[in-house]
Amino acid sequence: MRRRLAEHGIDRTLLLLLPAVAFLVVIFLYPFGYGLVLSFQPERYVGVFANYEHFFADPFLRDTIAITLGLAVPAALFNVIASVPVAYRMRGAFAGKRLLIGMLVMPVTLGTVLIAKGLLTLLGARGWVNRGLLELGLVDDPVRFVNNYWGVLLTLVITGFPFAFLLTLSYLGGIDPMLERAAATLGAGPRQRFWQITFPLLLPGLAITFILTFVLAFAVFPSAVLVGEPAGETRVISIVAYRAAYEQFDASMGSAIAMIMGAVQLAVVAVVLGVRGRLYRGPSGGGKG
Amino acid sequence: MIAPPRLRELVLDGLSRSFGPQIALAALDLKIEGGEFIALLGPSGCGKSTALNCIAGLIAPTSGTISLDGRSLDGTPSERRGFGVVFQSYALFQHMTVRANIAFGLRMRRLPKAQVAERVGRALALVQLEGHADRFPSQLSGGQQQRVAIARAIVIEPPLVLMDEPLSNLDAKLRLEMRTEIRRLHRELGLTTIYVTHDQEEAFSLADRLVVLRDGVTQQIGPPDEIYYRPANPYVADFVGFRNAVPMTLEHRDGDAGDAQGHGLRARGRVSGEGSSGPVTLAIRPDDLVVGGDGENAFEITVDAVEFRGRSFVVEGATASGQRLRGTSATAVAIGATVTLRAPSARVLLFTGRD
Repeated sequence: MRRRLAEHGIDRTLLLLLPAVAFLVVIFLYPFGYGLVLSFQPERYVGVFANYEHFFADPFLRDTIAITLGLAVPAALFNVIASVPVAYRMRGAFAGKRLLIGMLVMPVTLGTVLIAKGLLTLLGARGWVNRGLLELGLVDDPVRFVNNYWGVLLTLVITGFPFAFLLTLSYLGGIDPMLERAAATLGAGPRQRFWQITFPLLLPGLAITFILTFVLAFAVFPSAVLVGEPAGETRVISIVAYRAAYEQFDASMGSAIAMIMGAVQLAVVAVVLGVRGRLYRGPSGGGKG
Repeated sequence: MIAPPRLRELVLDGLSRSFGPQIALAALDLKIEGGEFIALLGPSGCGKSTALNCIAGLIAPTSGTISLDGRSLDGTPSERRGFGVVFQSYALFQHMTVRANIAFGLRMRRLPKAQVAERVGRALALVQLEGHADRFPSQLSGGQQQRVAIARAIVIEPPLVLMDEPLSNLDAKLRLEMRTEIRRLHRELGLTTIYVTHDQEEAFSLADRLVVLRDGVTQQIGPPDEIYYRPANPYVADFVGFRNAVPMTLEHRDGDAGDAQGHGLRARGRVSGEGSSGPVTLAIRPDDLVVGGDGENAFEITVDAVEFRGRSFVVEGATASGQRLRGTSATAVAIGATVTLRAPSARVLLFTGRD
């Protein structure tokens, strides 16, 4: 019996997984299950699905999905698309490469609040740029660069781009440079080499990069409050979840919104993976030759 | 069906390449005629791949020129040279089927679809992969991948085919098969081929002419039999199998023939190089140094190692003066026995000067 189990990879070493499994259950599965159950026990409304019904019936709540997607999708798209040419140029070894990578990655270490503060100092109503413009007499009133949609989008790019860049760089490093050389000998110019060889091989990695930066951006909270317009155009879903739970003390509604948030993220991830499956028809593994 | 070559001549004139202070290739001069099969031979790091990459346009030479039928290729990027290249790692496009891999070069040339399909079909037949056209490279064996790489390189009907150790990732049996295959394709398609290898046997069996390189410097250029029987220096001799090398002193020279002595041995052989006295290096192949053989050279050794080789035995031992020699015996020899190895003077080389 023991041998038969061992043939299927089941033996006592599997017990080593227990701490990890316990951790996952306590930290992730239990709160998730608790939240899910809680979301079906409305405090203010009547009926199992009442929280969800209320969310989708009230445009003030319902529209947060579109608002958040409207921030997260463009930010993730921009980060992925912008990271490709930068990473592509930085494949080879050159002097100062480490320094340049360090500078590009720096914003990751700063944290959203610091970046928001920096943006306000630079672009806020009394920031340097506006003061300069006023002094020069180019404008009569401060220009609203931040505290709106664009301010939040900008912070999402600043914090998300380094992630996308690092991921893309490592995916590019996994593509055998001999392939482009082979394509060159077969008559492919630089553009064709990129679009016919490197890009298709990079695409699966770009899909993953998009998903990760999207998920990061979708949970946007501090910058939506600090450099956004939390009552209006940047009323993202995490803000209404926070308000429900900690301002209206309706933990049940807060849980329901968190569940909706997760479902939307999962849906986007599923769409991206589906598209990726269609675009990349080759075997998923595939080593070097 | 034998096609005429698509190239008259390719001339390399003082082709050199340095990487920083290190000279990878020093002034290679070579004139290749259409239809020739040239092998660049040498150990790894001798500059043979550098030479190939320069010709392919993948790296720029530090100095020297490459000209194709009188037209200089300086500054012509790889994609406009139109040479077919087979890489050591095959470099197949993993995201494309076998058919798409082979069609790639033709698509880049914007040939009509029907023509692409027809030529890809012919190339597939040529390398006997008709049944695998719709597979992906990772679903093929090493030998099949190798054939895809060759088909992809020759389907564009290149004037010149460059092969960089194409067989080094295959097992011994497949290597022999593919060798025959490459030679067949070369002849049938009227290709002009430059083939890089570290395997002297491969080079001898394939090439019309060999270029032996060492540390980027050309040692000898010539047809296989010339390199095999008349290596230009002790280095080439050692590389092509003259395993016995003994430093001696030349005592007398009469045209090509000479007498030398040293290490308690006397030898008579063919002198290579200038001078009629002074230091020489004696070089003999183990195959030519036979126990109980004939010839005017005789060396007595005490055997301390015997190796079975199928048809014969390789015997190794030391002379009374301690010089180690390696020879061949038709019959088994006991370890500790004293035997006389003999070699005809025509098979003994004496290189003048010190290497």
